[in-house]
Amino acid sequence: MQDDAAQNQTLLGADELVLNMGPQHPSTHGVLRVKLKLDGERVRGTECVIGYLHRGVEKIAENRSYQQFAPYVDRMDYVAAVSNGLGYCEAVEKLLNVEAPPRAKVIRTIMTELQRIASHLVWLGTHALDIGALTPLFYCLREREEILKIFEKYCGARLTTHAFRIGGLQYEAYDSFEKDVERFCKDFERRIQEYVDLLTGNSIWIGRTRNVGVLSAEDCIALGASGPVLRASGVKWDLRKAQPYAAYDQYNFQIPVGTNGDTYDRYMVRMEEMRQSRLICLQAIENIPAGPILGKVGKVLKPPAGEIYHSIEAPKGILGYYIVSDGTTQPYRVRIRPPSFINLQALDKMARGHLVADVVAIIGTLDIVLGEVDR
Amino acid sequence: MQIPLDNDLTKRYREQFGAAILDAVEDRKQAYLVIAAAQLAEIAGYSRDVEKFDLLEDYTAVDWPRREKRFDLVAILYSFPHNLRLRLKIPLADGETASSLVEIWPTANWLEREIFDMFGISFSGHPDMKRILLPEEWQGHPLRKDYDILQQDTAWVRENLGIESGQ
Repeated sequence: MQDDAAQNQTLLGADELVLNMGPQHPSTHGVLRVKLKLDGERVRGTECVIGYLHRGVEKIAENRSYQQFAPYVDRMDYVAAVSNGLGYCEAVEKLLNVEAPPRAKVIRTIMTELQRIASHLVWLGTHALDIGALTPLFYCLREREEILKIFEKYCGARLTTHAFRIGGLQYEAYDSFEKDVERFCKDFERRIQEYVDLLTGNSIWIGRTRNVGVLSAEDCIALGASGPVLRASGVKWDLRKAQPYAAYDQYNFQIPVGTNGDTYDRYMVRMEEMRQSRLICLQAIENIPAGPILGKVGKVLKPPAGEIYHSIEAPKGILGYYIVSDGTTQPYRVRIRPPSFINLQALDKMARGHLVADVVAIIGTLDIVLGEVDR
Repeated sequence: MQIPLDNDLTKRYREQFGAAILDAVEDRKQAYLVIAAAQLAEIAGYSRDVEKFDLLEDYTAVDWPRREKRFDLVAILYSFPHNLRLRLKIPLADGETASSLVEIWPTANWLEREIFDMFGISFSGHPDMKRILLPEEWQGHPLRKDYDILQQDTAWVRENLGIESGQ
């Protein structure tokens, strides 16, 4: 009986159809495969198939020394390599019970905030592109280029920077570092306004993002979604404020929050975060303390046996490192808590009931990087 | 660096669960409780509802092959109201299953699948207990200590990728 009733119900809506999206699909930002269960154009369920980029980063960590592993973390979230490096270096420093000197902390903060802007710019450009707005991508990459140039001048690399060292920094800031950062920040205010003009009041943009992929605050916490996703649902929480690291306790900045938890709110939150990052950079270059850039750490790192968990507010959410030491030069276990992996889990909840085209918007708004999802 | 911990929080846990709290330790100013696997679900539920650890920040495992109970499950909890972290460690023998935390923290779903994938620890009551990062037919669990870094499932590689080795 029940079966009959169920069949009658789906008769008009036709049978469920399973559609494969990805792994080769431009809007999945890499190699994400999503199996969509469809009823016509409506999504009834999703299943993510991931692991195409799995390199076994955590296994590699167990077979490298602490310093040797540092460049590998850059290759997880490769659009925010500096943030990954900061989290790892600070975690190992905590494990060793050393601290980076004040000068190193401030330069780290500036670099990480620039990286946050760069990461959000990649998100904004590609997210808008996925939804059909072509222009913002060119604008965003233009500004990101300026940031990458600063990185290149600082450490020679643009993408996988390996900018920091355990205990502080390897490189002193170059001569015109402050000036370059200041020039970028001064200019960037006007640039953000350009994105705002293109998107914020645009009726197509609003139509494609309002009430799409709504997540309530309770859902976010239950699913572990963090970062801008959590804040857009109205939770005023940011690790930079809740448990300050680097030099964040010295600067004034706001935590933007949304109210509806939809794709539009997440857009607004990330836009405001870029403005706040810009303000942090401007405050930080005012007064970079003089002094050494590398703390007292030996050439051979042998943290005493024990364990540590340290997490930072990466552009995509909580990035955590759980490191277990057995007293040798190689970590016994390194576990990386990847924000993209855990945020992606919310996709199913967000996509149900929406149209296929909205799935593209939802993947974009989650701001995932598959290098980090798969590790 | 590890010192025994005896603060109000651990006292409350001890009062509530007695012998199921095997140990309470502070390591580099971070607290963790070692708890018995049999009581995992109750302790997790209590942590969320009473102690307000509303976020399961991370869930992973560590392999200690020479120990009698070979694995440690490690749950990293965070409380938004108290801005506080706590780790739960659950010693587990090879082949033993742990109760799934998906009902308590839905975020445990993928995290438990990853632990299963990497360590071969399965969780009872998990809605979809299968591999997540590696192919489903893959043999072996790479984050076990006896799985060499160069080791791979050569049969799978040959059959599916049409090459002799992935190295």
